[in-house]
Amino acid sequence: MTILGKLDWSAVPFDQPIIMGTVGGMVVAIVSVLSWVTLKGYVPYLWREWITSVDHKRIGVMYIVLALVMLLRGFADGIMMRTQQAVAAGGAQGFLPPEHFDQIFSAHGTIMIFFVAMPLVIGLMNFAVPLQLGARDVAFPTMNSVSFWLTASGVLLINVSLAVGEFAKTGWFAYPPLSELQFSPGVGVDYYLWSLQISGIGTLLSGVNFVTTILKMRAPGMSYMRMPVFCWTSLASNLLIVAAFPVLTALFAMLLLDRYLGFHFFTVDAGGNVMMYVNLFWIWGHPEVYILVLPAFGVYSEVAATFSGKSLFGYRSMVLATMAICVLSYTVWLHHFFTMGASASVNAFFGITSMIIGVPTGVKVFNWLFAMYGGRVRFTVPVLWTIGFMVTFVFGGLTGVLLALPPVDWQVHNSLFLVAHFHHVIIPGVLFGAIAGYNYWFPKAFGFKLDERWGKAAFWCWFIGFHLAFMPLYVTGLMGMPRRMQHYDVLSWQPWLLIAEVGAIIIFAGIICQIIQLVVSIRHREQLRDATGDPWNGRTLEWSTASPPPAWNFAVVPRVGELDAFWAKKQRVLAKQELPLQRPAYQPIEVPRNSPTGVVTAFFAVITGFALIWHIWWMAGFGLLGAAVTLLAFMFRTRDEVEIPAEQVGLFDRAHPVEVSL
Amino acid sequence: MNVAVEMDAVRQGELLDISEAGPAPKRIIAGFGFWIFLLSDIVMFSALFASYAVLAKASAGGLTGVQLFDQRNVAMETALLLLSSYTCGMMSLAINSRRYFATFLGAVVTFLLGAAFLALELREFQGMIALGATPQRSAFLSAFFTLVGSHGLHVTVGLAWLVLMMVQLSLRGFQEVVVRRLHCFSLFWHALDIIWVLIFTVVYLMGVLP
Repeated sequence: MTILGKLDWSAVPFDQPIIMGTVGGMVVAIVSVLSWVTLKGYVPYLWREWITSVDHKRIGVMYIVLALVMLLRGFADGIMMRTQQAVAAGGAQGFLPPEHFDQIFSAHGTIMIFFVAMPLVIGLMNFAVPLQLGARDVAFPTMNSVSFWLTASGVLLINVSLAVGEFAKTGWFAYPPLSELQFSPGVGVDYYLWSLQISGIGTLLSGVNFVTTILKMRAPGMSYMRMPVFCWTSLASNLLIVAAFPVLTALFAMLLLDRYLGFHFFTVDAGGNVMMYVNLFWIWGHPEVYILVLPAFGVYSEVAATFSGKSLFGYRSMVLATMAICVLSYTVWLHHFFTMGASASVNAFFGITSMIIGVPTGVKVFNWLFAMYGGRVRFTVPVLWTIGFMVTFVFGGLTGVLLALPPVDWQVHNSLFLVAHFHHVIIPGVLFGAIAGYNYWFPKAFGFKLDERWGKAAFWCWFIGFHLAFMPLYVTGLMGMPRRMQHYDVLSWQPWLLIAEVGAIIIFAGIICQIIQLVVSIRHREQLRDATGDPWNGRTLEWSTASPPPAWNFAVVPRVGELDAFWAKKQRVLAKQELPLQRPAYQPIEVPRNSPTGVVTAFFAVITGFALIWHIWWMAGFGLLGAAVTLLAFMFRTRDEVEIPAEQVGLFDRAHPVEVSL
Repeated sequence: MNVAVEMDAVRQGELLDISEAGPAPKRIIAGFGFWIFLLSDIVMFSALFASYAVLAKASAGGLTGVQLFDQRNVAMETALLLLSSYTCGMMSLAINSRRYFATFLGAVVTFLLGAAFLALELREFQGMIALGATPQRSAFLSAFFTLVGSHGLHVTVGLAWLVLMMVQLSLRGFQEVVVRRLHCFSLFWHALDIIWVLIFTVVYLMGVLP
């Protein structure tokens, strides 16, 4: 055993031009960003205002930046797979060798779920939930920063796997026995497990944080039935995080024990049970689907109500549907593996529950439709994404009902039909919602709107590209094409896969439009500036404060008397029942003090994770010790809040007049 | 903690619509957040319990629970842990009335009982390993060592936490934050009891059923 464990120069794949080119590009990009930041003297600013910030709004923005960067990586993996399948038919072998192709499809799924979709929704919740609740921050601000930085640690580890070693070749769910040491002796599965373990702890802490925030920190007067729908869906999503992620942690711990210490949870010998992994994985995995999609449903609800100038249709049924989904999501996990060979009655049970869960989802779709019906709908970018979602998602849901029939599922199990189905729900469901939320709350976060023209161009590219890319996969799936094929001999599949490739290219154009949208918006920020704090004529509390909001969110904690409190207040002001602005007597405000705890913890988490992956035991010990010392330092910290004097609060409030203050 | 005293501080009018009362005080928020965390911990244990239940009979020709479990040892472990919960409760009462000596006494006794529990558990593990019943021997033993060991690991963390809290208490006295953390510690310690009662039932009692 050497001092660096299993690590040596052969870990770097110098012979793989595609990987080395990507790694080179990433290194150049990181080095140039870092040196630009250093040369411009931004490091102290970044350290003070962002890296050590415990402000939920800043953390939310950082989550979304992280997610968008990883979206590029995940998309690059996706388009490589599409290109490989478009060309590797018959005699042609394509450009990706099987070893590499297997890593790509594993990395694509892992990254898109854990490091794109999760940070997108957690970022939106971080940014918007405390503002919508009329709260000054989340319940545990420093822990929130730790959550973010642990997620970033996972991201770092999974990207390091590209350059040093390899990634899992097992698919994104790493089923044993393939993921056991016997069949995957390399470090790929270890990269997968440790990066997800570390980021999973971050996610769990986020869940604890948000459940507490939503249940215990609402503004005075905001009873449950006066909470904005986005807060309700976030509550459901975080309850699911608290109840589902520990299962994943336990499951991965078991697989790690198998791989590192020779335990027999999922091995083929000594009584191990492979299907137990599959069951436990999906006991986490199916709630995870709703962890992702429920906050997006919340965004659609906010967007549909705001841009139609009407209150959401059927608020109570929306809340009820959300909580029904929250509970039902625990009763359907077996539909991911009907082919396990459970008895007919077990399969029937899970088939029926899977169809039942479509009912509250259907309720939601009708609510959004009726929210828009008869309203004066403004077709802004967030509305386009919302309508695009409704049209697309309903069909994706229908193929889901089809798959909920065990006999049908047996026919198309593990085929491209399934791949088409889950992309058909998760892209419109989660990604469209996140992009709608990004366009919707961007002016709140930065004080200026995003460019509409490029935003609409991005939507149309995504919408058209999505259908071209994924509808053909239903067809090839029905023609019998299994998922994850690096090469195939059935030439009649190829035309469909070529169409899918065109779709992927159009999606790529959509991503380019989004990058341009951001650049153009930043350059034209003065024209796009919103001084009112309420650019969309909003309904909920976040629009009643300045854009961007101060660290303390609200100069005076708002009092809430009804649902859509801000809207109701505006109506009363318009009707001259109330004075528009009442200058309150400002009080000093305590805000949480910045803390490097999060980033230091993440530093040691990365060291520990990397050391464990490569069996460098002394380094793992050092990392754990460092993390323990960090925790101790945090525990013995004496000052955890700073006071903003009343004059400063008043000064800011007078400098940022909002139309109506609560 | 000490609910009766707290109730006096609440004005009558606010009791009716607690959901509209506005942000809760920090003490409540910290305790509530810790409850949620404990629930998540219990979910993690439920996954370990499930895996144990699935693999309990998969002894792969090796030793089984009937041959391995020593009821007397387990009874002693249970008595120690439940007693430590009692002394932990006594410590909470001492904290509520801000009595230093009684708090330290409660902590020391709790620590000793917890450490004795751990010692017995480690002795049990050692004995099993000496018989060749290692976690690498069979899926049953993998699941057993993981489930019971996770609980033991939690007890170890709890003991370290208790020591830290006593250091904090002697340095800072009954500051609000110290009391809050001690409160969370006692929640943690009682939760470990609940899990142990389940382990006692599912592993040790059901494990020796004919």
